[in-house]
Amino acid sequence: MTMEPTGFGLLSVLLALPLMGAVAIALIPEKYSKAIKGAAFVISLAVFAVSLSILGRFQASTYHFQLVEYMPWIQQLGIDYRIGIDGISLWLVLLTTFLNLISVWFSFYVTKRVKTYFVMVMLLLTAMLGVFVSLDLILFYTFFEASLIPMAVLIWIWGGSNRNYAAIKFFIYTFAASIFMLVGMIALAGLNAKITGTWTFDLTAIQANVANGKLWVGALGMESMVFWSFALAFMVKCPMFPFHTWLPDAHTEAPTAGSVILAGVLLKMGTYGFLRFCLPLFPDAVIESVPILMGLAVVGIIYGAIVAAMQPDVKRLVAYSSVAHMGFVMLGIFSLTHSGIVGGAYQQLNHGISTGALFLLVGLLYERIHTRLFADMGGLKAQMPVFAALFLIIMLSSVGLPGLNGFVGEFLAMQGAWEASLVAANGLTLAVPIFAGIGVVLAAVYLLWMFQKVFYGKLNPKLARLKDLKTWEVVMVGCLVLFAFWGGIQPGTFIGPMERSLDATRLMAISEPGQRPLWSDTGLEVKDDGSLVQVLPRQINGDMSHPVELKVLAKGEYHFPIDPEAPETPPPGPGAGRRGARPGNAPGEVKQ
Amino acid sequence: MNYVLPTVEWPTVMPVLIVVVTGILAVFIEMLWPKRNNNVIVGLGLVGLGLAGSSVLKQFGAPDGVTFGDMVVRDQVGLVMQLLLVGICFVAFLFSEGYLREKQIPFAEFYPLALWATAGGMLMVTTTNTLELFLGLEVLSIALYCLAGMSRQESKSEESALKYFLLGAFASAVFLMGIAYLFGATGSLDLNAITSVWPATTPMHHTLILFGVGMTLAGLGFKAALVPFHQWTPDVYQGAPTNVTGFMAAASKVAAFGALLRVLMAAAPLQEFWFPAMFWICILTMTVGNLAAVVQKDVKRILGYSSIANAGYILVAVLSHVKSPDKVGLGSTFYYLLAYSMMTLGAFAVVSLSAKGGKEGTRLQDIHGLWSRAPFAVVCLVVFVASLIGIPPSAGFVGKLFIFNDALAAGLTPLAIVLAVNSVISVYYYLGILQAAFVSEEGAVRNQSAKPGIGLNIAVLVCAFGVFWASFNATWVQKTATGTSVSQAQTVSTTTSPDRMGPSNPE
Repeated sequence: MTMEPTGFGLLSVLLALPLMGAVAIALIPEKYSKAIKGAAFVISLAVFAVSLSILGRFQASTYHFQLVEYMPWIQQLGIDYRIGIDGISLWLVLLTTFLNLISVWFSFYVTKRVKTYFVMVMLLLTAMLGVFVSLDLILFYTFFEASLIPMAVLIWIWGGSNRNYAAIKFFIYTFAASIFMLVGMIALAGLNAKITGTWTFDLTAIQANVANGKLWVGALGMESMVFWSFALAFMVKCPMFPFHTWLPDAHTEAPTAGSVILAGVLLKMGTYGFLRFCLPLFPDAVIESVPILMGLAVVGIIYGAIVAAMQPDVKRLVAYSSVAHMGFVMLGIFSLTHSGIVGGAYQQLNHGISTGALFLLVGLLYERIHTRLFADMGGLKAQMPVFAALFLIIMLSSVGLPGLNGFVGEFLAMQGAWEASLVAANGLTLAVPIFAGIGVVLAAVYLLWMFQKVFYGKLNPKLARLKDLKTWEVVMVGCLVLFAFWGGIQPGTFIGPMERSLDATRLMAISEPGQRPLWSDTGLEVKDDGSLVQVLPRQINGDMSHPVELKVLAKGEYHFPIDPEAPETPPPGPGAGRRGARPGNAPGEVKQ
Repeated sequence: MNYVLPTVEWPTVMPVLIVVVTGILAVFIEMLWPKRNNNVIVGLGLVGLGLAGSSVLKQFGAPDGVTFGDMVVRDQVGLVMQLLLVGICFVAFLFSEGYLREKQIPFAEFYPLALWATAGGMLMVTTTNTLELFLGLEVLSIALYCLAGMSRQESKSEESALKYFLLGAFASAVFLMGIAYLFGATGSLDLNAITSVWPATTPMHHTLILFGVGMTLAGLGFKAALVPFHQWTPDVYQGAPTNVTGFMAAASKVAAFGALLRVLMAAAPLQEFWFPAMFWICILTMTVGNLAAVVQKDVKRILGYSSIANAGYILVAVLSHVKSPDKVGLGSTFYYLLAYSMMTLGAFAVVSLSAKGGKEGTRLQDIHGLWSRAPFAVVCLVVFVASLIGIPPSAGFVGKLFIFNDALAAGLTPLAIVLAVNSVISVYYYLGILQAAFVSEEGAVRNQSAKPGIGLNIAVLVCAFGVFWASFNATWVQKTATGTSVSQAQTVSTTTSPDRMGPSNPE
């Protein structure tokens, strides 16, 4: 490897902080439960602060990985500790740290085995963050799998009545799918090694061979096999119909904070996996399988909505709504159009906010009435007006009301699906957006029904003296509501930084070999004067604050074809279909 | 005919000698000060094992060679396996004393017998001479027969010892018969004679050699618990005292694989005959072990079947090496044996906590709520179970990764796929253990279990730490174990070439 180890930087701090926090919490005696909760909250706050400082350092003007760190791990197989972020992972990292903060906050309600609980939450946080920053396939797999144990334990110990079944099902389902991804990863690295002669699991290095066409030329069968080994793992995690059956059980049985994290972050690992690995690494196989994946996404949207409408249990309803909403994410991504992929990625964040908030609200309700069945509820609006108002906003954000975040994501994803199917790109038909549109209506049906059953109608006499939300609870939910509005009114804040990366990813999938963008594995930065510099790796024992060498690649304006001020403009014209990339549309283009 | 005294290189045989002598000393101490305190014996054993381990380590990097009239081989395979065996015995000693007291079988005989079993295993892995191999096998086995029946008041333990003895004696006889065939066909007691004699011999000889190799493999397969020679495993594992089971599971597997490696490598020229058989044995071992484990209700039986399945995984690595020795080294075999030893021994150490006041229950419901009684041990159990499942970043995961890699590199893709499927099946029963220990508490009978002593805590800590350490230092472990500088994967060197920057970037 020409690259020198970089030592540990900001992202490593982000990963290490919760891990050290877990150790610190483990050292506090069980009886000081307040100290444990306080420590967990402070650590979560610190992690959130670190992630904000990452946001501050992030350069939105390049799609390349930033803050890259590299250390060798298992050298004989070319497995490294290689982490970095780009626009796609940036927001997921922030979403993770934010939702974690909220769920730790909510977890002040936990009274049973407090220490173990927060240790698990902290371990889970490390694993989730690791998934989003890994640039090495095996490192990604490591974090992907490592998240299973803490999540399963959370369900097991603090879950509902059917928790044993739910935890084991969750574990086996996801493990079974991802072990084949591991075999796929090894096969991929082996095929890559045949070309270069060296073993590596470095995402950027393998993608380089995909981009120049060396890896998959004339091997569509092999490419498809490896693609499906990845896709299966991500489809289960998403989850896509028909691999969704673990989700309702796991979500329903998990403790509230677990559900928030599960819905908010863990599901995103699946869609993130598609964006990060499937699109760049298996372009031809992706295009081949668009009809299948889009079809399953639409089936998931409709099926999830219908089944959700039938649920007698409010938490189960929200769980099934996740199946439908994640269908929209997949719909957007696999439309492979600019607006579709932006919408899909944006919908990931919205789903994290709104479904996370729904689970949180259901959890708050459960703490008061100790039931989740609609049959026991009704007429709560008069009892808890503030709660009802917050619930309404979040519910409408989930429905996709304009002005709230859910609308923007769903709209862009739908727009992408329409654009693609109007020109029959990649074998899509008009049935796809039409049925997805029906799904939007169905979402309104079951969510409004839910609101009606909980808040209107006859009051259950047992629930006559309910207390409304306390101030801290209002603030907690209010944070999420704030983001629901922010995301709906000013989506550019969130879409802007991720647009470059998304577009590069899209072009990696739909361009011809040789035209595909590449990642630079050393990271690029745009300086204030507009010059593009390649940040060469730092010395391991050298001064960490300064790069050893800066190589100026281009002076002057570093220009991208897409105007960041107008994110919703659909770039592909009517002629843009399969392989719709126009040369020169590649991001990262530099005008001199 | 001149008889020349064989040259003796003392350093080569020193580790075995130290272990044997320590065992003898332990017996004398027990005789002279009976029932006084086993701690002295434990201490002596630990010191002896430490010395033996360091004398093995001293030979690392020394050139390969044979001594004692070609009876003892010094090479990397032998040294690594010896070190492993010494380490296994060391950890077993750490947690045994507390367990034996709780179980009220405080017989000091455990220590010398375990030491001698270790010595037997060490002999097995450092020889290519079939008689010496047999000698080691018997020393190992006979010590283990006695150990399995150590809990004399328990009928299960008696049954376990008798079953082990009868079947083991039969397997030894088969092994001996194999040696006889080989000697008849090749005129030599050395395994390497197979390689040299094979090309020149007649079909008649071929048949004899094949019979010989087959029977030798069957005998060793019994020790390594390969299907279909595995029938004894669950019963013996269940009945034997838990510390013995842990020791047996790890040590006899290492020793058997050390010997199996030598036989298979010597028989490589005739692999067209035995390879299909071993291929199917490997698939069966993984699958039967895992499927049978799923329905078990006893922790020790589960771990017993799990050890069968793990033998299958190791066999994948061994077969990959034998199939294409130029592409696939022995690093993965060593690595997985190390990982397996640590996680299995650690898991048994935790399970040994379920003994108290002379009673022991090892059904899954007997370890319910262990978490609240011995949290530290159970946290370590989580590590062992995660590693057995193959959750990264644990040694079990990295080991499986190496094995996958070997199998794909050697063109044994079916084995890689069977291994993947089996890893999934195994999740179910491993999680069952975890669930029992860690989770289920309400409604369960509040079982008694021993307070973990300092020895047990050290033992599980060493194993749990080792599981992570070996994972993070996988490169170093493999490099040291194989004794060669592993051909470094010089990752893509094209990183700086202009085309890496993509077509749309300026050159």
